[in-house]
Amino acid sequence: MTSPPILLDPTSERSPVARALSPRPDSLAGKSVAVLDISKARGDVFLDRISALLAGQGITVNRYRKPTFTRPAPVALRQQIAAENQLVIEGLAD
Amino acid sequence: MPVTDGLIVIAKRDCPTCLLVEPLLGALAAAGPLTVLVQDDPAYAAGVPGAELDATLEHSFRLNTEFVPTLIRMQGGREVARAYGWHRGDWREVSGIATLGEGLPELRPGCASKTLDPGVAEALQLRFGNTGLTARQVSIGDAEDPVEACFARGWTDGLPVVPPTPERVLRMLAGTTRQPGEVLGLVPPDLAPCTVEKVAINAVMAGCKPEYMPLVLAAVEAALVDEFGMHGVLCTTMFCGPMVIVNGPLGRAVGVNSGVNALGQGHRANASIGRALQLVIRNVGGGRPGEVDRSTLGTPGKYSFCFAENEIPEWEPLHVQRGFAREASTVTLFAGEGVQGVVDQKSRTPESLAKSFAACLRVVDHPKLAMAGDAVLVVSPDHCRVFLEAGWSKQRLHDELMRLLTVPADALLAGADGIAEGLPAALAGKQIPKFRPGGLLIVRAGGGAGLFSAIIAGWAASGSVGSIPVTQEITA
Repeated sequence: MTSPPILLDPTSERSPVARALSPRPDSLAGKSVAVLDISKARGDVFLDRISALLAGQGITVNRYRKPTFTRPAPVALRQQIAAENQLVIEGLAD
Repeated sequence: MPVTDGLIVIAKRDCPTCLLVEPLLGALAAAGPLTVLVQDDPAYAAGVPGAELDATLEHSFRLNTEFVPTLIRMQGGREVARAYGWHRGDWREVSGIATLGEGLPELRPGCASKTLDPGVAEALQLRFGNTGLTARQVSIGDAEDPVEACFARGWTDGLPVVPPTPERVLRMLAGTTRQPGEVLGLVPPDLAPCTVEKVAINAVMAGCKPEYMPLVLAAVEAALVDEFGMHGVLCTTMFCGPMVIVNGPLGRAVGVNSGVNALGQGHRANASIGRALQLVIRNVGGGRPGEVDRSTLGTPGKYSFCFAENEIPEWEPLHVQRGFAREASTVTLFAGEGVQGVVDQKSRTPESLAKSFAACLRVVDHPKLAMAGDAVLVVSPDHCRVFLEAGWSKQRLHDELMRLLTVPADALLAGADGIAEGLPAALAGKQIPKFRPGGLLIVRAGGGAGLFSAIIAGWAASGSVGSIPVTQEITA
Protein backbone atom coordinates (compact mmCIF):
# COMPACT_ATOMS: atom_id res chain seq x y z
CA MET A 1 0.00 0.00 0.00
CA THR A 2 1.27 3.44 -0.89
CA SER A 3 1.47 6.01 1.86
CA PRO A 4 -0.52 8.20 2.09
CA PRO A 5 -3.08 5.75 0.79
CA ILE A 6 -3.92 6.31 -2.86
CA LEU A 7 -6.76 4.73 -4.77
CA LEU A 8 -7.31 5.05 -8.51
CA ASP A 9 -10.64 6.58 -9.48
CA PRO A 10 -12.86 3.92 -11.11
CA THR A 11 -15.31 6.48 -12.48
CA SER A 12 -15.47 8.60 -15.60
CA GLU A 13 -14.11 11.48 -13.48
CA ARG A 14 -16.92 13.78 -14.46
CA SER A 15 -17.37 16.03 -11.51
CA PRO A 16 -21.02 16.31 -10.68
CA VAL A 17 -22.25 19.63 -11.96
CA ALA A 18 -25.46 21.06 -10.56
CA ARG A 19 -27.22 22.33 -13.66
CA ALA A 20 -29.79 25.07 -13.27
CA LEU A 21 -33.24 24.49 -14.71
CA SER A 22 -34.10 26.52 -17.78
CA PRO A 23 -36.24 29.58 -16.95
CA ARG A 24 -39.96 28.84 -17.06
CA PRO A 25 -41.98 30.76 -19.67
CA ASP A 26 -44.58 33.16 -18.31
CA SER A 27 -46.96 32.19 -21.08
CA LEU A 28 -47.22 29.66 -23.88
CA ALA A 29 -48.69 32.24 -26.27
CA GLY A 30 -46.88 32.24 -29.59
CA LYS A 31 -44.70 29.26 -28.63
CA SER A 32 -44.48 25.83 -30.24
CA VAL A 33 -44.70 22.83 -27.95
CA ALA A 34 -43.15 19.49 -28.93
CA VAL A 35 -45.07 16.44 -27.74
CA LEU A 36 -42.73 13.46 -27.85
CA ASP A 37 -44.07 9.91 -27.77
CA ILE A 38 -41.22 7.63 -26.66
CA SER A 39 -43.18 4.53 -27.81
CA LYS A 40 -44.11 3.42 -24.32
CA ALA A 41 -47.41 1.60 -23.94
CA ARG A 42 -50.33 4.00 -23.42
CA GLY A 43 -48.07 7.03 -23.58
CA ASP A 44 -50.20 8.17 -26.50
CA VAL A 45 -53.31 8.28 -24.30
CA PHE A 46 -51.72 10.90 -22.06
CA LEU A 47 -50.09 12.76 -24.93
CA ASP A 48 -53.27 12.85 -27.06
CA ARG A 49 -55.15 14.44 -24.19
CA ILE A 50 -52.52 17.03 -23.37
CA SER A 51 -52.14 17.86 -27.07
CA ALA A 52 -55.88 18.45 -27.32
CA LEU A 53 -55.86 20.68 -24.24
CA LEU A 54 -52.97 22.77 -25.57
CA ALA A 55 -54.45 23.04 -29.05
CA GLY A 56 -57.70 24.14 -27.46
CA GLN A 57 -55.82 27.14 -26.07
CA GLY A 58 -54.56 28.00 -29.54
CA ILE A 59 -51.04 26.77 -28.87
CA THR A 60 -49.03 25.18 -31.69
CA VAL A 61 -48.38 21.50 -30.94
CA ASN A 62 -45.91 19.41 -32.93
CA ARG A 63 -45.97 15.64 -32.46
CA TYR A 64 -42.84 13.44 -32.57
CA ARG A 65 -42.14 9.80 -31.91
CA LYS A 66 -38.97 7.96 -30.86
CA PRO A 67 -38.40 4.63 -32.69
CA THR A 68 -37.99 2.79 -29.37
CA PHE A 69 -38.08 3.74 -25.73
CA THR A 70 -35.02 1.56 -25.06
CA ARG A 71 -32.56 3.93 -26.68
CA PRO A 72 -31.93 7.66 -26.50
CA ALA A 73 -33.63 9.68 -29.21
CA PRO A 74 -31.65 9.80 -32.45
CA VAL A 75 -29.53 12.93 -32.76
CA ALA A 76 -31.46 14.09 -35.82
CA LEU A 77 -34.77 13.87 -33.94
CA ARG A 78 -33.36 15.79 -30.96
CA GLN A 79 -32.09 18.48 -33.30
CA GLN A 80 -35.41 18.67 -35.14
CA ILE A 81 -37.34 19.04 -31.88
CA ALA A 82 -34.97 21.75 -30.66
CA ALA A 83 -35.16 23.61 -33.96
CA GLU A 84 -38.94 23.59 -34.26
CA ASN A 85 -40.04 24.19 -30.65
CA GLN A 86 -39.46 26.14 -27.47
CA LEU A 87 -40.81 23.49 -25.08
CA VAL A 88 -41.07 19.73 -25.06
CA ILE A 89 -43.40 17.37 -23.22
CA GLU A 90 -42.84 13.62 -23.20
CA GLY A 91 -44.61 10.67 -21.63
CA LEU A 92 -41.71 9.18 -19.72
CA ALA A 93 -43.01 5.87 -18.40
CA ASP A 94 -46.04 3.62 -18.33
CA MET B 1 25.68 5.94 -10.59
CA PRO B 2 26.79 2.68 -12.19
CA VAL B 3 29.65 2.95 -14.66
CA THR B 4 28.80 3.93 -18.21
CA ASP B 5 31.96 2.40 -19.67
CA GLY B 6 32.97 -0.84 -18.02
CA LEU B 7 31.32 -3.69 -16.17
CA ILE B 8 28.31 -3.88 -13.86
CA VAL B 9 27.65 -6.87 -11.61
CA ILE B 10 24.28 -7.18 -9.88
CA ALA B 11 24.17 -9.66 -7.01
CA LYS B 12 22.68 -10.46 -3.65
CA ARG B 13 24.24 -12.22 -0.69
CA ASP B 14 21.27 -14.53 -0.36
CA CYS B 15 22.23 -16.37 -3.53
CA PRO B 16 24.73 -19.25 -3.59
CA THR B 17 25.79 -18.50 -7.15
CA CYS B 18 26.50 -14.88 -6.21
CA LEU B 19 28.71 -16.17 -3.39
CA LEU B 20 30.43 -18.44 -5.90
CA VAL B 21 31.42 -15.50 -8.11
CA GLU B 22 32.25 -13.11 -5.23
CA PRO B 23 35.99 -14.03 -5.30
CA LEU B 24 36.12 -13.01 -8.97
CA LEU B 25 35.04 -9.40 -8.33
CA GLY B 26 38.60 -8.32 -7.48
CA ALA B 27 39.86 -9.51 -10.85
CA LEU B 28 37.01 -7.69 -12.60
CA ALA B 29 37.84 -4.48 -10.70
CA ALA B 30 41.50 -4.78 -11.62
CA ALA B 31 40.62 -5.14 -15.31
CA GLY B 32 38.73 -1.82 -15.60
CA PRO B 33 35.88 0.33 -14.30
CA LEU B 34 33.41 -1.77 -12.28
CA THR B 35 30.17 -1.22 -10.37
CA VAL B 36 28.87 -3.97 -8.11
CA LEU B 37 25.22 -3.42 -7.22
CA VAL B 38 24.34 -5.40 -4.10
CA GLN B 39 20.66 -5.93 -3.58
CA ASP B 40 20.49 -7.10 0.03
CA ASP B 41 23.58 -6.96 2.27
CA PRO B 42 26.60 -4.65 2.04
CA ALA B 43 28.72 -7.44 3.54
CA TYR B 44 28.70 -8.87 0.04
CA ALA B 45 31.63 -7.58 -2.02
CA ALA B 46 32.79 -5.55 0.97
CA GLY B 47 36.07 -3.84 0.05
CA VAL B 48 35.64 -4.35 -3.67
CA PRO B 49 36.11 -1.00 -5.47
CA GLY B 50 32.81 0.13 -7.02
CA ALA B 51 30.60 -1.95 -4.75
CA GLU B 52 27.45 -0.20 -3.55
CA LEU B 53 24.19 -1.16 -1.91
CA ASP B 54 21.24 -0.78 -4.29
CA ALA B 55 18.97 -0.12 -1.32
CA THR B 56 15.93 1.11 -3.29
CA LEU B 57 16.61 -1.38 -6.12
CA GLU B 58 16.34 1.56 -8.52
CA HIS B 59 19.49 0.64 -10.44
CA SER B 60 18.52 -3.03 -10.59
CA PHE B 61 15.07 -2.00 -11.88
CA ARG B 62 16.40 0.38 -14.50
CA LEU B 63 18.80 -2.30 -15.73
CA ASN B 64 15.87 -4.74 -16.20
CA THR B 65 17.46 -7.26 -13.90
CA GLU B 66 15.72 -10.61 -13.84
CA PHE B 67 18.44 -12.80 -12.30
CA VAL B 68 21.42 -12.53 -10.00
CA PRO B 69 24.25 -12.57 -10.59
CA THR B 70 24.01 -10.52 -13.77
CA LEU B 71 27.09 -9.23 -15.55
CA ILE B 72 26.66 -6.31 -17.95
CA ARG B 73 29.18 -4.68 -20.27
CA MET B 74 28.47 -0.96 -20.79
CA GLN B 75 29.93 1.14 -23.60
CA GLY B 76 29.22 4.84 -24.02
CA GLY B 77 26.25 4.56 -21.66
CA ARG B 78 24.71 1.67 -23.57
CA GLU B 79 24.55 -1.98 -22.72
CA VAL B 80 26.47 -4.08 -25.24
CA ALA B 81 26.61 -7.50 -23.58
CA ARG B 82 25.01 -9.38 -20.68
CA ALA B 83 25.45 -12.69 -18.89
CA TYR B 84 23.35 -14.05 -16.06
CA GLY B 85 23.77 -16.82 -13.56
CA TRP B 86 27.29 -18.20 -13.72
CA HIS B 87 28.34 -19.42 -17.12
CA ARG B 88 32.12 -19.44 -17.41
CA GLY B 89 32.24 -18.95 -21.16
CA ASP B 90 29.73 -16.08 -21.12
CA TRP B 91 31.46 -14.33 -18.21
CA ARG B 92 34.84 -14.63 -19.90
CA GLU B 93 33.41 -13.21 -23.12
CA VAL B 94 31.60 -10.30 -21.47
CA SER B 95 34.48 -9.44 -19.14
CA GLY B 96 37.21 -9.97 -21.69
CA ILE B 97 39.26 -11.92 -19.11
CA ALA B 98 40.20 -15.22 -20.76
CA THR B 99 41.12 -16.97 -17.52
CA LEU B 100 38.22 -15.77 -15.37
CA GLY B 101 36.80 -18.38 -13.00
CA GLU B 102 39.48 -20.99 -13.52
CA GLY B 103 38.63 -23.82 -11.15
CA LEU B 104 34.94 -22.89 -10.83
CA PRO B 105 32.30 -25.18 -12.29
CA GLU B 106 31.29 -24.35 -15.82
CA LEU B 107 27.70 -23.57 -15.07
CA ARG B 108 25.57 -22.61 -12.06
CA PRO B 109 22.09 -21.12 -12.42
CA GLY B 110 21.45 -17.93 -10.49
CA CYS B 111 18.54 -16.73 -8.37
CA ALA B 112 15.68 -14.32 -9.04
CA SER B 113 16.49 -10.64 -8.72
CA LYS B 114 14.93 -8.97 -5.67
CA THR B 115 13.18 -6.63 -8.11
CA LEU B 116 10.88 -9.53 -8.93
CA ASP B 117 9.93 -10.38 -5.33
CA PRO B 118 6.16 -10.55 -4.80
CA GLY B 119 4.71 -7.05 -4.61
CA VAL B 120 8.08 -5.42 -5.33
CA ALA B 121 7.89 -5.28 -9.12
CA GLU B 122 4.74 -3.11 -9.15
CA ALA B 123 6.08 -0.83 -6.41
CA LEU B 124 9.29 -0.28 -8.40
CA GLN B 125 7.35 0.35 -11.58
CA LEU B 126 5.22 2.94 -9.79
CA ARG B 127 8.24 4.63 -8.25
CA PHE B 128 10.74 4.56 -11.08
CA GLY B 129 8.95 3.40 -14.21
CA ASN B 130 6.50 4.65 -16.81
CA THR B 131 3.25 2.99 -15.78
CA GLY B 132 0.95 4.49 -18.38
CA LEU B 133 -1.62 5.02 -15.61
CA THR B 134 -3.59 8.22 -16.01
CA ALA B 135 -6.62 7.72 -13.74
CA ARG B 136 -7.23 10.39 -11.15
CA GLN B 137 -5.51 9.53 -7.88
CA VAL B 138 -7.80 9.71 -4.88
CA SER B 139 -6.06 10.26 -1.56
CA ILE B 140 -7.83 8.79 1.40
CA GLY B 141 -7.19 9.56 5.01
CA ASP B 142 -4.47 7.69 6.87
CA ALA B 143 -7.04 6.45 9.36
CA GLU B 144 -9.71 5.78 6.74
CA ASP B 145 -10.49 2.13 6.03
CA PRO B 146 -9.92 1.76 2.27
CA VAL B 147 -12.90 -0.60 1.93
CA GLU B 148 -15.17 1.90 3.65
CA ALA B 149 -13.66 4.69 1.55
CA CYS B 150 -14.92 2.90 -1.59
CA PHE B 151 -18.41 2.61 -0.11
CA ALA B 152 -18.37 6.27 0.89
CA ARG B 153 -17.49 7.35 -2.64
CA GLY B 154 -20.35 5.39 -4.18
CA TRP B 155 -18.12 2.97 -6.07
CA THR B 156 -19.63 -0.31 -4.94
CA ASP B 157 -22.63 -2.46 -5.78
CA GLY B 158 -23.46 -2.82 -2.09
CA LEU B 159 -20.83 -5.44 -1.36
CA PRO B 160 -17.27 -4.59 -0.33
CA VAL B 161 -14.79 -4.10 -3.15
CA VAL B 162 -11.04 -4.62 -3.24
CA PRO B 163 -9.56 -1.10 -2.92
CA PRO B 164 -8.01 -0.22 -6.29
CA THR B 165 -4.48 0.74 -5.29
CA PRO B 166 -2.06 1.60 -8.09
CA GLU B 167 -0.06 -1.57 -7.33
CA ARG B 168 -3.12 -3.80 -7.75
CA VAL B 169 -4.17 -2.01 -10.92
CA LEU B 170 -0.69 -2.49 -12.41
CA ARG B 171 -0.85 -6.20 -11.57
CA MET B 172 -4.27 -6.40 -13.21
CA LEU B 173 -2.96 -4.68 -16.33
CA ALA B 174 -0.28 -7.34 -16.59
CA GLY B 175 -3.13 -9.70 -17.51
CA THR B 176 -3.58 -8.08 -20.92
CA THR B 177 -1.27 -7.03 -23.73
CA ARG B 178 -3.48 -4.04 -24.44
CA GLN B 179 -2.29 -0.56 -23.51
CA PRO B 180 -3.88 1.10 -20.45
CA GLY B 181 -4.90 4.11 -22.50
CA GLU B 182 -6.74 2.19 -25.22
CA VAL B 183 -10.39 3.27 -25.40
CA LEU B 184 -12.89 0.42 -25.73
CA GLY B 185 -15.86 2.64 -26.44
CA LEU B 186 -18.46 4.80 -24.75
CA VAL B 187 -20.22 3.32 -21.72
CA PRO B 188 -23.90 4.16 -21.28
CA PRO B 189 -25.77 5.84 -19.81
CA ASP B 190 -23.28 8.72 -19.55
CA LEU B 191 -21.52 7.65 -22.77
CA ALA B 192 -18.20 8.06 -20.97
CA PRO B 193 -15.05 6.81 -22.72
CA CYS B 194 -13.84 3.58 -21.15
CA THR B 195 -10.13 2.81 -21.21
CA VAL B 196 -8.42 -0.51 -20.53
CA GLU B 197 -7.12 1.14 -17.35
CA LYS B 198 -10.65 1.91 -16.11
CA VAL B 199 -11.64 -1.69 -16.80
CA ALA B 200 -8.60 -2.85 -14.82
CA ILE B 201 -9.51 -0.60 -11.88
CA ASN B 202 -13.03 -1.99 -11.76
CA ALA B 203 -11.76 -5.55 -12.25
CA VAL B 204 -9.54 -5.08 -9.19
CA MET B 205 -12.53 -3.88 -7.23
CA ALA B 206 -14.64 -6.84 -8.40
CA GLY B 207 -12.02 -9.30 -7.15
CA CYS B 208 -10.66 -10.49 -10.50
CA LYS B 209 -7.32 -12.15 -11.05
CA PRO B 210 -5.15 -10.57 -13.76
CA GLU B 211 -5.68 -13.64 -15.94
CA TYR B 212 -9.39 -12.79 -16.13
CA MET B 213 -8.68 -9.46 -17.84
CA PRO B 214 -9.09 -10.70 -21.43
CA LEU B 215 -12.54 -12.08 -20.50
CA VAL B 216 -13.58 -8.89 -18.72
CA LEU B 217 -12.40 -6.76 -21.65
CA ALA B 218 -14.36 -8.91 -24.10
CA ALA B 219 -17.47 -8.67 -21.90
CA VAL B 220 -17.20 -4.88 -21.74
CA GLU B 221 -16.68 -4.68 -25.49
CA ALA B 222 -19.74 -6.87 -26.07
CA ALA B 223 -21.81 -4.62 -23.79
CA LEU B 224 -20.82 -1.62 -25.88
CA VAL B 225 -21.98 -3.14 -29.17
CA ASP B 226 -25.06 -1.16 -30.21
CA GLU B 227 -27.23 -4.26 -30.81
CA PHE B 228 -26.90 -5.24 -27.15
CA GLY B 229 -28.64 -2.00 -26.19
CA MET B 230 -26.85 -1.61 -22.85
CA HIS B 231 -28.49 1.76 -22.26
CA GLY B 232 -31.95 0.21 -22.32
CA VAL B 233 -30.85 -2.92 -20.44
CA LEU B 234 -29.72 -0.61 -17.66
CA CYS B 235 -32.51 1.94 -17.55
CA THR B 236 -35.48 -0.37 -18.06
CA THR B 237 -38.04 -0.76 -15.30
CA MET B 238 -37.87 -4.50 -16.03
CA PHE B 239 -35.53 -7.01 -14.44
CA CYS B 240 -32.60 -7.70 -16.71
CA GLY B 241 -28.86 -7.28 -16.46
CA PRO B 242 -25.98 -8.33 -18.69
CA MET B 243 -25.41 -12.07 -18.26
CA VAL B 244 -22.09 -13.47 -19.52
CA ILE B 245 -21.86 -16.93 -21.10
CA VAL B 246 -18.27 -18.07 -21.65
CA ASN B 247 -17.28 -20.56 -24.35
CA GLY B 248 -13.99 -22.04 -25.47
CA PRO B 249 -10.62 -22.92 -23.96
CA LEU B 250 -9.80 -19.59 -22.29
CA GLY B 251 -12.76 -19.89 -19.96
CA ARG B 252 -11.64 -23.36 -18.92
CA ALA B 253 -8.06 -22.10 -18.50
CA VAL B 254 -9.03 -19.50 -15.93
CA GLY B 255 -11.58 -21.72 -14.21
CA VAL B 256 -14.96 -20.29 -15.18
CA ASN B 257 -17.33 -22.81 -13.67
CA SER B 258 -19.62 -24.76 -15.97
CA GLY B 259 -20.25 -27.67 -13.61
CA VAL B 260 -21.75 -28.09 -10.15
CA ASN B 261 -23.61 -24.91 -9.15
CA ALA B 262 -22.66 -23.24 -12.44
CA LEU B 263 -25.29 -20.53 -11.97
CA GLY B 264 -24.55 -20.13 -8.28
CA GLN B 265 -21.93 -18.84 -5.91
CA GLY B 266 -18.51 -20.08 -4.95
CA HIS B 267 -16.31 -19.59 -8.00
CA ARG B 268 -14.06 -16.59 -8.18
CA ALA B 269 -13.98 -16.33 -11.98
CA ASN B 270 -17.76 -16.49 -12.35
CA ALA B 271 -18.38 -14.12 -9.47
CA SER B 272 -15.78 -11.51 -10.30
CA ILE B 273 -15.97 -11.39 -14.13
CA GLY B 274 -19.71 -10.71 -14.12
CA ARG B 275 -19.27 -8.24 -11.30
CA ALA B 276 -16.45 -6.37 -13.05
CA LEU B 277 -18.75 -5.74 -16.02
CA GLN B 278 -21.47 -4.41 -13.72
CA LEU B 279 -19.00 -2.16 -11.89
CA VAL B 280 -17.81 -0.71 -15.21
CA ILE B 281 -21.41 0.13 -16.08
CA ARG B 282 -21.92 1.65 -12.64
CA ASN B 283 -18.69 3.57 -12.24
CA VAL B 284 -17.60 4.48 -15.76
CA GLY B 285 -21.08 4.68 -17.28
CA GLY B 286 -22.77 6.22 -14.26
CA GLY B 287 -25.51 3.56 -14.29
CA ARG B 288 -26.70 3.54 -10.71
CA PRO B 289 -29.98 2.11 -9.41
CA GLY B 290 -32.47 4.78 -8.46
CA GLU B 291 -30.85 7.14 -10.94
CA VAL B 292 -30.81 6.02 -14.58
CA ASP B 293 -31.26 2.37 -13.54
CA ARG B 294 -35.02 2.41 -12.93
CA SER B 295 -35.65 -1.30 -12.45
CA THR B 296 -38.83 -1.94 -10.47
CA LEU B 297 -37.48 -5.10 -8.83
CA GLY B 298 -34.12 -5.92 -10.42
CA THR B 299 -32.63 -9.38 -10.09
CA PRO B 300 -29.77 -10.87 -8.05
CA GLY B 301 -27.93 -11.40 -11.33
CA LYS B 302 -27.32 -7.66 -11.44
CA TYR B 303 -24.55 -8.20 -8.89
CA SER B 304 -22.90 -10.69 -11.20
CA PHE B 305 -24.07 -13.31 -13.67
CA CYS B 306 -21.41 -15.30 -15.48
CA PHE B 307 -20.97 -18.98 -16.25
CA ALA B 308 -19.43 -21.19 -18.90
CA GLU B 309 -20.99 -23.75 -21.19
CA ASN B 310 -20.08 -27.32 -20.25
CA GLU B 311 -18.94 -28.23 -23.74
CA ILE B 312 -18.95 -31.73 -25.17
CA PRO B 313 -18.08 -32.89 -28.68
CA GLU B 314 -21.58 -34.24 -29.37
CA TRP B 315 -23.42 -30.93 -28.86
CA GLU B 316 -22.42 -27.84 -30.78
CA PRO B 317 -21.41 -25.19 -28.24
CA LEU B 318 -23.05 -21.78 -28.32
CA HIS B 319 -20.10 -19.95 -29.87
CA VAL B 320 -19.93 -22.44 -32.75
CA GLN B 321 -23.67 -22.02 -33.31
CA ARG B 322 -23.03 -18.30 -33.46
CA GLY B 323 -20.36 -18.59 -36.14
CA PHE B 324 -17.08 -18.94 -34.25
CA ALA B 325 -14.51 -21.72 -34.53
CA ARG B 326 -14.72 -24.38 -31.83
CA GLU B 327 -11.20 -23.55 -30.64
CA ALA B 328 -12.08 -19.85 -30.37
CA SER B 329 -12.94 -18.40 -26.97
CA THR B 330 -15.89 -16.06 -26.64
CA VAL B 331 -18.22 -14.31 -24.28
CA THR B 332 -21.90 -14.03 -25.19
CA LEU B 333 -23.85 -11.28 -23.48
CA PHE B 334 -27.54 -11.81 -22.87
CA ALA B 335 -29.95 -9.42 -21.18
CA GLY B 336 -30.96 -11.99 -18.56
CA GLU B 337 -33.50 -11.99 -15.77
CA GLY B 338 -33.53 -14.67 -13.07
CA VAL B 339 -33.23 -18.44 -13.05
CA GLN B 340 -36.37 -20.53 -13.33
CA GLY B 341 -35.92 -24.20 -12.61
CA VAL B 342 -37.29 -26.94 -14.85
CA VAL B 343 -37.93 -30.08 -12.82
CA ASP B 344 -38.59 -33.18 -14.92
CA GLN B 345 -37.35 -36.38 -13.34
CA LYS B 346 -39.49 -38.77 -15.31
CA SER B 347 -38.96 -38.06 -19.01
CA ARG B 348 -36.67 -40.59 -20.65
CA THR B 349 -37.44 -39.76 -24.27
CA PRO B 350 -36.44 -36.60 -26.11
CA GLU B 351 -40.03 -36.04 -27.20
CA SER B 352 -41.33 -35.98 -23.63
CA LEU B 353 -38.50 -33.83 -22.32
CA ALA B 354 -38.81 -31.34 -25.18
CA LYS B 355 -42.51 -30.98 -24.34
CA SER B 356 -41.59 -30.31 -20.71
CA PHE B 357 -39.10 -27.65 -21.76
CA ALA B 358 -41.67 -26.06 -24.09
CA ALA B 359 -44.33 -25.98 -21.38
CA CYS B 360 -41.94 -24.21 -19.02
CA LEU B 361 -40.63 -21.84 -21.70
CA ARG B 362 -44.19 -20.76 -22.46
CA VAL B 363 -44.37 -18.74 -19.24
CA VAL B 364 -41.37 -16.52 -20.05
CA ASP B 365 -42.62 -12.95 -19.44
CA HIS B 366 -46.22 -14.16 -19.31
CA PRO B 367 -47.94 -17.24 -20.73
CA LYS B 368 -49.99 -15.01 -23.02
CA LEU B 369 -47.10 -12.96 -24.42
CA ALA B 370 -45.02 -13.99 -27.45
CA MET B 371 -42.11 -12.58 -29.43
CA ALA B 372 -41.31 -10.34 -26.46
CA GLY B 373 -38.45 -11.72 -24.38
CA ASP B 374 -35.71 -14.06 -25.56
CA ALA B 375 -34.67 -16.98 -23.36
CA VAL B 376 -31.63 -19.10 -22.57
CA LEU B 377 -32.35 -22.75 -21.87
CA VAL B 378 -29.59 -24.27 -19.73
CA VAL B 379 -29.71 -28.04 -20.21
CA SER B 380 -28.11 -30.08 -17.44
CA PRO B 381 -25.88 -33.07 -18.27
CA ASP B 382 -28.51 -35.55 -17.02
CA HIS B 383 -31.19 -34.01 -19.21
CA CYS B 384 -28.74 -33.66 -22.08
CA ARG B 385 -28.02 -37.39 -21.95
CA VAL B 386 -31.67 -38.13 -22.81
CA PHE B 387 -31.17 -36.26 -26.08
CA LEU B 388 -27.70 -37.66 -26.76
CA GLU B 389 -28.84 -41.26 -26.34
CA ALA B 390 -31.62 -40.66 -28.85
CA GLY B 391 -29.23 -38.97 -31.28
CA TRP B 392 -30.75 -35.50 -30.96
CA SER B 393 -28.40 -32.61 -31.74
CA LYS B 394 -28.77 -29.28 -29.97
CA GLN B 395 -30.15 -27.84 -33.19
CA ARG B 396 -32.81 -30.57 -33.37
CA LEU B 397 -33.90 -29.77 -29.82
CA HIS B 398 -34.03 -26.08 -30.71
CA ASP B 399 -36.12 -26.71 -33.82
CA GLU B 400 -38.50 -29.01 -31.94
CA LEU B 401 -38.96 -26.39 -29.19
CA MET B 402 -39.68 -23.67 -31.73
CA ARG B 403 -42.25 -25.99 -33.34
CA LEU B 404 -43.90 -26.84 -30.02
CA LEU B 405 -43.94 -23.18 -29.05
CA THR B 406 -45.70 -22.00 -32.19
CA VAL B 407 -49.39 -21.93 -31.33
CA PRO B 408 -52.63 -20.30 -32.48
CA ALA B 409 -52.74 -16.71 -31.28
CA ASP B 410 -56.42 -16.89 -30.40
CA ALA B 411 -55.86 -18.33 -26.92
CA LEU B 412 -53.26 -15.65 -26.24
CA LEU B 413 -55.22 -12.57 -27.28
CA ALA B 414 -55.75 -9.73 -24.83
CA GLY B 415 -58.83 -10.56 -22.79
CA ALA B 416 -58.77 -14.29 -23.53
CA ASP B 417 -59.10 -16.48 -20.42
CA GLY B 418 -60.34 -13.41 -18.56
CA ILE B 419 -56.83 -11.93 -18.55
CA ALA B 420 -56.45 -8.45 -20.00
CA GLU B 421 -52.78 -9.03 -20.83
CA GLY B 422 -52.16 -10.72 -24.16
CA LEU B 423 -51.52 -10.30 -27.85
CA PRO B 424 -53.26 -7.67 -30.02
CA ALA B 425 -56.58 -8.67 -31.53
CA ALA B 426 -55.11 -8.15 -35.01
CA LEU B 427 -53.24 -11.46 -34.58
CA ALA B 428 -56.46 -13.47 -34.30
CA GLY B 429 -56.41 -16.56 -36.51
CA LYS B 430 -52.61 -16.56 -36.87
CA GLN B 431 -49.96 -19.01 -35.67
CA ILE B 432 -47.53 -17.24 -33.31
CA PRO B 433 -44.09 -18.44 -32.21
CA LYS B 434 -43.22 -17.81 -28.58
CA PHE B 435 -39.75 -16.55 -29.48
CA ARG B 436 -38.54 -14.39 -32.32
CA PRO B 437 -36.12 -16.12 -34.74
CA GLY B 438 -32.77 -16.32 -32.93
CA GLY B 439 -34.44 -15.62 -29.62
CA LEU B 440 -33.99 -19.04 -28.02
CA LEU B 441 -30.43 -19.93 -27.00
CA ILE B 442 -29.49 -23.36 -25.64
CA VAL B 443 -26.38 -24.10 -23.59
CA ARG B 444 -25.31 -27.16 -21.62
CA ALA B 445 -24.15 -26.58 -18.04
CA GLY B 446 -24.40 -27.94 -14.55
CA GLY B 447 -23.27 -30.75 -12.32
CA GLY B 448 -23.37 -34.41 -13.21
CA ALA B 449 -26.38 -35.37 -11.11
CA GLY B 450 -29.90 -33.99 -11.35
CA LEU B 451 -32.68 -34.21 -13.92
CA PHE B 452 -33.11 -30.46 -13.74
CA SER B 453 -32.53 -27.73 -16.26
CA ALA B 454 -33.02 -23.97 -16.10
CA ILE B 455 -34.57 -21.16 -18.05
CA ILE B 456 -33.17 -17.67 -17.94
CA ALA B 457 -35.72 -15.30 -19.38
CA GLY B 458 -34.53 -12.35 -21.39
CA TRP B 459 -35.67 -8.78 -21.37
CA ALA B 460 -39.25 -8.49 -22.59
CA ALA B 461 -37.90 -5.96 -25.10
CA SER B 462 -35.64 -8.47 -26.81
CA GLY B 463 -34.67 -8.17 -30.45
CA SER B 464 -33.99 -5.04 -32.47
CA VAL B 465 -36.43 -3.03 -30.34
CA GLY B 466 -34.25 -3.53 -27.25
CA SER B 467 -31.46 -6.06 -26.84
CA ILE B 468 -29.95 -8.71 -29.11
CA PRO B 469 -27.43 -11.19 -27.65
CA VAL B 470 -23.88 -10.31 -28.69
CA THR B 471 -20.94 -12.70 -28.94
CA GLN B 472 -17.42 -11.29 -28.73
CA GLU B 473 -14.17 -13.18 -29.20
CA ILE B 474 -11.77 -13.09 -26.26
CA THR B 475 -8.38 -11.96 -27.48
CA ALA B 476 -5.80 -10.46 -25.18
